[in-house]
Amino acid sequence: MVDAVLNSGDTAWMLISTALVMLMTIPGVALFYGGLTKKQNVLNTMFLSLIAFAITSIIWILYGYQFTFGQDIMGIIGNPANLLFNGIQVDALATLAPTIPATVYIAFQMTFAAITIALISGAIVERMKFSSWMVFIVLWVSLVYVPIAHWVWGGGFLAQLGALDFAGGTVVHINAGVAALALVILLGKRKDISLLPHQLGYSVLGAALLWFGWFGFNAGSALSAGGLAGSAFLATNTAAAAGLISWIIIDYVKTGKPTLLGALSGAIAGLVAITPAAGFVTVQAAVIIGLVTSLVSYLGISYLKPRLGYDDALDVFGIHGLSGIWGALATGLFAAPFINSLGTGLFYGNPGQVMVQAIAIVVVMGYSFVVTLILGKIIDWTIGLRVEVKEEVEGLDTNLHEESGYRI
Amino acid sequence: MKEILAIIRPNKLDDVKDALEKIGCHGITVAEVKGRGRQLGITESYRGSDYRIDLLPKTRLEIIVKDQDAEEVIETIVKTAATGDIGDGKIFISPVEDVVRIRTGERGEKAV
Repeated sequence: MVDAVLNSGDTAWMLISTALVMLMTIPGVALFYGGLTKKQNVLNTMFLSLIAFAITSIIWILYGYQFTFGQDIMGIIGNPANLLFNGIQVDALATLAPTIPATVYIAFQMTFAAITIALISGAIVERMKFSSWMVFIVLWVSLVYVPIAHWVWGGGFLAQLGALDFAGGTVVHINAGVAALALVILLGKRKDISLLPHQLGYSVLGAALLWFGWFGFNAGSALSAGGLAGSAFLATNTAAAAGLISWIIIDYVKTGKPTLLGALSGAIAGLVAITPAAGFVTVQAAVIIGLVTSLVSYLGISYLKPRLGYDDALDVFGIHGLSGIWGALATGLFAAPFINSLGTGLFYGNPGQVMVQAIAIVVVMGYSFVVTLILGKIIDWTIGLRVEVKEEVEGLDTNLHEESGYRI
Repeated sequence: MKEILAIIRPNKLDDVKDALEKIGCHGITVAEVKGRGRQLGITESYRGSDYRIDLLPKTRLEIIVKDQDAEEVIETIVKTAATGDIGDGKIFISPVEDVVRIRTGERGEKAV
């Protein structure tokens, strides 16, 4: 363990990383999703991410951080000292990152909670009531994100078991993907389920900002400014590039034409898959992780989704859920002890790690799915999840917000 | 008098407008429309799924001319708007009973 002494280099990098991860949610996710929806829903789609960031920010400082990262109680939840942010000293160092201030660590972790719930919004666009979405954010962050983040990162039972998740493959991506699946099962299909992006240019900007911000997400998860951060940075970029190339190769094979949306989807799938592995695997392994992950997500979206018939509008489960699962397993395969002494995978003589990863995946999927289903059902019974058919057909922007994206 | 209703490619509008001006045909009303022909539109592909885009953007011209000018206008539109590919559009010709110039109240061919 490093000495608990403030390091200004680490602190500067973590402040920047925090801002980078914030950029992923707004405008990254907002633009990425906003471009993919129909034009009469563009504002509502972007708004879902904005409100997610705002509400999560408040929850996080009042009690979210405290329950996630407080002293572990029986592996289940953190002991919430410092509720409502009382008693957190300006000069205090973070327990889990002893070279940076606690306040910086809290802010960094806040941006992770916010992007996780914002990612879910991609599945439920074009039909969910805005009021219900706000209630869902509060319930879901409190009862799903906080406990799972504690189990994996806050010293809970999955951390004690030895599950490896460098930057959020299970906590963020599998969690968001599976919750998205549960919520769309409750919401049902939209009247028009076609994916016809109204402005793919927005999605290019959004995906590029996600890629850029992901350097803070993954390299920032080293919690220090050194070799490990550099290694994670390069692995992240490598997997994104490999994922992008892999997806357009699939496009070529299937239709003979590369698609821009395919390239964006492949880059995001690569970034998702490398997230749990970024600070554990070599750059060479990142190439393989990125190449394979696009195939996993492509097959899920083209074959699994139509067969099972769920309406995951922008493929949150297909990309974040499935590539997250592959990434978490791949971490158990490729984790190299000479990159990070905390992780040794199957290919370096520790076959048990794959099993530990599988347990973490199953636990997170099971908990996230069941609890999201229960929370969604409660909201459906009380205030209703879905907008009126008339509102859905005319578009959510004018009906829910009395605004429209385009004047022409 | 004839009404000439031409559905053309939006990117051919400027060429057709210029060509009509050269033959002395000035009055023209233009609308952005959507439509489809025998081919029922085109196919686009997103994340491995194909979607038929069955209404494509087109430009509609409405031109009212004297009977003797109709053929020349029609020929000009055909010549300038054609690319030879599917989707070049159609022209519909129909008789016009009367025309009124609102400013002066003039009727018939004088008002065209």
